Amino acid sequence: MTFPTPTGGIQVTLRSTPLALIAACTLGFAAPSLARDQLRIVGSSTVFPFATAVAEQFGKTTSFRTPVVESTGSGGGLKLFCAGVGTQHPDITNASRRIKGSEVESCRRNGVTDIVEVKVGFDGIVLANSKKSGRFSLTKEQIFRALAKQVPIDGKLVDNPYRSWDEIDASLPSTRIEVLGPPPTSGTRDAFVELAMEGGATAIAMLADLRKSDKKAFRAVAHGIREDGAYVEAGENDNLIVQKLEANPSALGIFGFSFLDQNADKIQGSVVGGIEPTFENIAAGQYGVSRSLYFYVKKAHVGVVPGIQHYVAEFTSDRAAGEEGYLADKGLIPLPEAERTAVREAARGLELLSLN
Amino acid sequence: MTSGGVHSGEAARRRLRKRHAAERRFRLYGLAAIGLALGALVTLLGTVVVRGLPAFFGYEVTLDLHLDAARLDPQGGRRPGDLGRGDYGRVVKDALRALFPEVKGRRERRRLHALVSSGAAFDLRERVLAEPDLVGSTIALAVPLSDDADLFFKGGVDAEAAEADRRLSDAQITWLRALQSEGRVARRFWTRFFRAGDSREPELAGIWGALVGSLWTLGVTLLLSFPLGVAAAVYLEEFAPKGRLTDFIEVNINNLAAVPSIVFGLLGLAVFLNLSGLPRSAPLVGGLVLALMTLPTVIIASRSSIMAVPPGIREAAMGIGASPIQVVGHHVLPLALPGILTGTILGMARALGETAPLLMIGMVAFIVDVPTGPTAPATVLPVQVYLWADSPERAFVAKTSGAILVLLAFLVAMNLAAVLLRSRFERRW
Repeated sequence: MTFPTPTGGIQVTLRSTPLALIAACTLGFAAPSLARDQLRIVGSSTVFPFATAVAEQFGKTTSFRTPVVESTGSGGGLKLFCAGVGTQHPDITNASRRIKGSEVESCRRNGVTDIVEVKVGFDGIVLANSKKSGRFSLTKEQIFRALAKQVPIDGKLVDNPYRSWDEIDASLPSTRIEVLGPPPTSGTRDAFVELAMEGGATAIAMLADLRKSDKKAFRAVAHGIREDGAYVEAGENDNLIVQKLEANPSALGIFGFSFLDQNADKIQGSVVGGIEPTFENIAAGQYGVSRSLYFYVKKAHVGVVPGIQHYVAEFTSDRAAGEEGYLADKGLIPLPEAERTAVREAARGLELLSLN
Repeated sequence: MTSGGVHSGEAARRRLRKRHAAERRFRLYGLAAIGLALGALVTLLGTVVVRGLPAFFGYEVTLDLHLDAARLDPQGGRRPGDLGRGDYGRVVKDALRALFPEVKGRRERRRLHALVSSGAAFDLRERVLAEPDLVGSTIALAVPLSDDADLFFKGGVDAEAAEADRRLSDAQITWLRALQSEGRVARRFWTRFFRAGDSREPELAGIWGALVGSLWTLGVTLLLSFPLGVAAAVYLEEFAPKGRLTDFIEVNINNLAAVPSIVFGLLGLAVFLNLSGLPRSAPLVGGLVLALMTLPTVIIASRSSIMAVPPGIREAAMGIGASPIQVVGHHVLPLALPGILTGTILGMARALGETAPLLMIGMVAFIVDVPTGPTAPATVLPVQVYLWADSPERAFVAKTSGAILVLLAFLVAMNLAAVLLRSRFERRW
């Protein structure tokens, strides 16, 4: 419904108002990028709980301001990190995988040539289920057969026919295959696929041959996760997966070790390849599904943004990343002593990254 | 004539019964739908309340802290600079060891120290800096327990479970029980939850930082979207010539109202951060992005509210010689204002709950300091909920629900304000 507008004569004089409004809408904001006295950290959501713990301690125990830590994912973090040098770009990025050659290249193109790599520890990826049912003991091959989209049967690749675990191996329980795991956007999923699925695929002779002859085809098979309902994408929130496992004792869940550590009264980690996912086993490098965690420092910002070296020193100190440090309490698996010392020395000296 | 006819007789009565039955069934469907919705709401709210209430309470342990001058002020000048560098953590640890002198060995002692929050040392430091004369004396101070110990008193730790399956060892549980029987443990209303910024330690984490961030962000949103939205609505409704261009603008405004919020975040990243060079994680940018998102809602609500003002009002004003601007400013806008405000508040309530557009501009971040202005790094309430929900520590489950309760309280208050405004000032014609 519209109403008659007032007579046209006077209205004409008001015709210019919308222009003023539009001009007001598109106000230009030209704030210069001012000097920053606060560290800015971006990157992996896996490293986030550890980086934030260090940031908080750093802020409380030094005269520097508490750094701002963003959870953007490893890839997103590196993209921001590599966007350039200057205080509008982050100083440090966390990553749950190593920086790729292509990312180093894109960094270089934007003037970020000097990068310091710091390895902080390990993260185990566990397959866990509710304590109400029995503990699973799996091999990587069994994991692959349970979750792959296509599996080799009698020398041919077919769509995954397995419905229950005992169809894969008689030693496994006769429950339906139901695995809750992270979606493809997650770094945990990438690492799981790479370590568990690819490891399992290589254990099958036919796929091992395929790997030699056609790497691309092998990757497609090894990285393909079934989409028929046996693998349920349960979102990025690992707490949610833990809750769902409690409600559904027959399901398995895939998530980081810190969540198993916090919920050890409710869930149990499956044995993979004969090794239980415990703190000691992951730290010793025996548990097969674990990855290294890193952060990367922009050397050009050292001395420009105050506190970078102190933050690096705090992160690599025994107080934080040591076997009994506060990061271990948060679920980070520390590096072996010798490696830790080497990393600390390299980091404090701001030695530059070199990818071989 | 027979007395039957179409409206009486057996067949008619059957038809009538059938129609009545259909009516009853229809009402039943409606009731069932409402019942289902209410049931879902009650379950949702019930779980959040039950889970969230523990976040508002916590346990503190009272320790006899000997403020040894050698540890806290070796220089002896009682200067704030020297006092600030004192080893307060050690004082707390000494107090714990004094209570349990039988605990020997590095590992066991570490476990003992783990019962008290790492925030205890900072609390003590604050106290000593406020009253430097305390150094040298012994004071009784209530300090927070660590999240695991707190959870034990809240009933979240099953003491019957195997030792390896709990976060607390047998010895730790014995110590906690001893502290409790000595009357040192007390349950408190956790004001820290309302006055602290974020922390990685659940017992120290609070929502004040996120709340202030939300207020700054919403402030910027309101300052931008309200005047712009109302001005656009007034022009479109009262002055714009009806034509293709106006129709085109109208269609676009309606479309914009339905655009997913993440798109506004991407726009914000491109325009405000990359092009204009505004700082990341700032409430100013968050407010700008949310203002763009709320603008169509405000315009649409304002237009329909202006439209509802009867033409007689305008004509009468014109009749006594008011200019169009006077007609709008003195008569139409005041009468339409309750509706405009209602629409704005509902738009703001939606903006309060958004996280997706803020992800792109760096407001999904761990920020300890409470923001001091529109350009200081900040996060907002729903982001805080998201970050806590994602934290491994179990005590954050309660904090998450607690933060949801605070967010809900805010939303209810805003919606209530909208309802009150409407019922008090709205005029029916």
